Amino acid sequence: MNEQTESLSEKLLQRAAPGRVDFEDMVVVPVFAVIVALILGAVAMLATNVDLATIGRSYVALVVGSVGSVNAISETLTAATPLVLASLGMAVGFRAGLFNIGAEGQLLIGGMAAVIVGFSFAGMPTYVHLPLALIAGAVAGGLYAGIAGWLRAATGAHEVISTIMLNLMSYRLVDYILRLPVVQREGRADPISRSVLDSAELPRLLEWIDPNLRLHSGLFVMLVAVFLVYWLLFKTTFGFEFRASGANPEAARYAGMRSGLIIVIVMVFAGAMAGLAGANQTLGVLGRATPGFSAGIGFDAIAVALLGRSHPVGVLMAGLLFGALEAGGRQMQVDAGVSIDLIAIIQALIIVFIAAPLLVRKIFPWGFQKETRAGKE
Amino acid sequence: MLELQKNKVLALISGVGILLGSTVAAADFTACQVTDTGGIDDNSFNQTAWKGVLDAQETLGIDGRFLESQAETDYEANIVSLLGGQCDVIITVGFLLGDATQAAAEANPDQKFSIVDYAYDPAIPNVLGQVYATDEAAFMAGYLAAGVSETGIVGTFGGINIPPVTIFMDGFVHGVNYHNAEKGTNVAVLGWDVDSREGLFTNNFDSLDDGRAYAQNLYDEGADIVLPVAGPVGLGSAALADELGVDKLKIIGVDADLYLTDPAKQHVYLTSITKRMDATVLDVIEAAMSGTFEGGVLVGTLANGGVDLAPFHDMEAMVSDELKKELDVIRQGISDGSISVGG
Repeated sequence: MNEQTESLSEKLLQRAAPGRVDFEDMVVVPVFAVIVALILGAVAMLATNVDLATIGRSYVALVVGSVGSVNAISETLTAATPLVLASLGMAVGFRAGLFNIGAEGQLLIGGMAAVIVGFSFAGMPTYVHLPLALIAGAVAGGLYAGIAGWLRAATGAHEVISTIMLNLMSYRLVDYILRLPVVQREGRADPISRSVLDSAELPRLLEWIDPNLRLHSGLFVMLVAVFLVYWLLFKTTFGFEFRASGANPEAARYAGMRSGLIIVIVMVFAGAMAGLAGANQTLGVLGRATPGFSAGIGFDAIAVALLGRSHPVGVLMAGLLFGALEAGGRQMQVDAGVSIDLIAIIQALIIVFIAAPLLVRKIFPWGFQKETRAGKE
Repeated sequence: MLELQKNKVLALISGVGILLGSTVAAADFTACQVTDTGGIDDNSFNQTAWKGVLDAQETLGIDGRFLESQAETDYEANIVSLLGGQCDVIITVGFLLGDATQAAAEANPDQKFSIVDYAYDPAIPNVLGQVYATDEAAFMAGYLAAGVSETGIVGTFGGINIPPVTIFMDGFVHGVNYHNAEKGTNVAVLGWDVDSREGLFTNNFDSLDDGRAYAQNLYDEGADIVLPVAGPVGLGSAALADELGVDKLKIIGVDADLYLTDPAKQHVYLTSITKRMDATVLDVIEAAMSGTFEGGVLVGTLANGGVDLAPFHDMEAMVSDELKKELDVIRQGISDGSISVGG
């Protein structure tokens, strides 16, 4: 049983973190996957008795709603920011050979910690309070993920299992924390936290154009993180050690790398990124915490990391695509009355095709060079 | 207005025609609705509110649009995407949208809003809250349940511990207690403690699995009638009742008459506590169209038909004529104020 999961996740990891940058796998496959998914999405709509005109209108709405106006771009970026952050942590994990399913839980714990710091310490200036709240989110998320890393390093407990379990625990933990008198909003019986103070909120960026534009400065946190992860992975010894132990743990050990320590560090880093994503949601978007604030971002982040081939820039692109799908999907529903569930179907289809590059190569043989490494898989 | 133009220019730059988009709006008046996480087809809460827009579409010839919230993070985003002038009134459905609606209403004082299950104090001039005295109908349901129960134990559970949910549970418990006091019975209610404000909650409004598991727990503790107050979650409880058989477990529906909206499992519903959000939503749309719209609160009661107890349908025979007469007396008493549903 354990061996099975082991080999399965190894295969997945191979796909998620390819050994060398391959233009076809990095770019051509995802582009075709998106196209096929959109076509199949149209077929799904046809099958549910949506007429062709509505399908056309809904795809127009998808484009308009994701990049067609200032508000659309603002919404796309707002949705993409936490996805990219959480997914960066995921990507580092993949590179180091760790399949961390726990971003959802780490995001919840991180976001929760950020809120608690965010509503405490009244009177603190923004330039102290906001960084403090963000750091609290990263630290809490990192420590929570560190549990799984330590379990793996010290006892060999597989991180897939332990992070899933930690996710389940985080849901109840957040429910519990939200009901504590010091956290729960006064006058409310349901689990909802106090509001984050203005001094800890991530300032909105476009309020001078229109107060309804939600884009906030978490965007910069995200961009810095993309750069940081790129630098860490490809320009530092640590990054080399991460990648080496992901590519071949045995060889890495022979080369004198301390694999146990690397596992813990990578997990803590991944958790910190997810925690930042959570802090980004609670400090930038919601201004409070409720049980559902993670909204599945931690799971979508797995897909984003896969789609981005665990490369920071790829993750950024994939995150923007998913953000655009979310913002555009909303517009699809408003303009064409098409169910938002369809967007979930299209996202799922994209992932299916990304995860099955051979299938994409079969469907579009003319899109690829003749000589493929198909025999290897 | 400037913003709108800017949007249009950018939309044109992006290529593929706002043209197609603008052909959609045909009617003069557009009502837009943002649902809670249960979804537009939940057979109860959101669906009932959406029915109000559909009714308005039919009788008043308006255009209706909706946006489903997939998660709590969607509330604000969904409301924002309906701003910009395409909606004459934006109706948000559910207590949990209270903060997001308030923020949007204050930032856009010219946009009319209406929210189901939330009353602002002090009132916001461009928001009309729709609230319901559901405890009045729930009181009757509690009395009925106490009269019909054979095990002497009935149960309830809620979605999230918020006033529009617990008001059902309060009324239900008080109705059972009233039966105990009047008839000398000793029926117990599981799942809600009126005084400590604690009880059974699924903490979501969308998991049918939870609805099943919570009803199973109550059934295992001896309850033969369960009142799930959690929108579509209750459909899971109905599925359990269907499997166990209605002689073992009956369900009391909420929001809509679930006998009608859930035809596949209609035989398991003893009755439903209806909350006529469709009627109040229609009222709000009419007011907005005729220009009489103003911020404040609209209250649905047993007396004005805003809340009610649905017919027993297939269970007609299980409710004795005596009990039916008593329920009529109670209805009268609640309407004229001689019976207090507050316990």
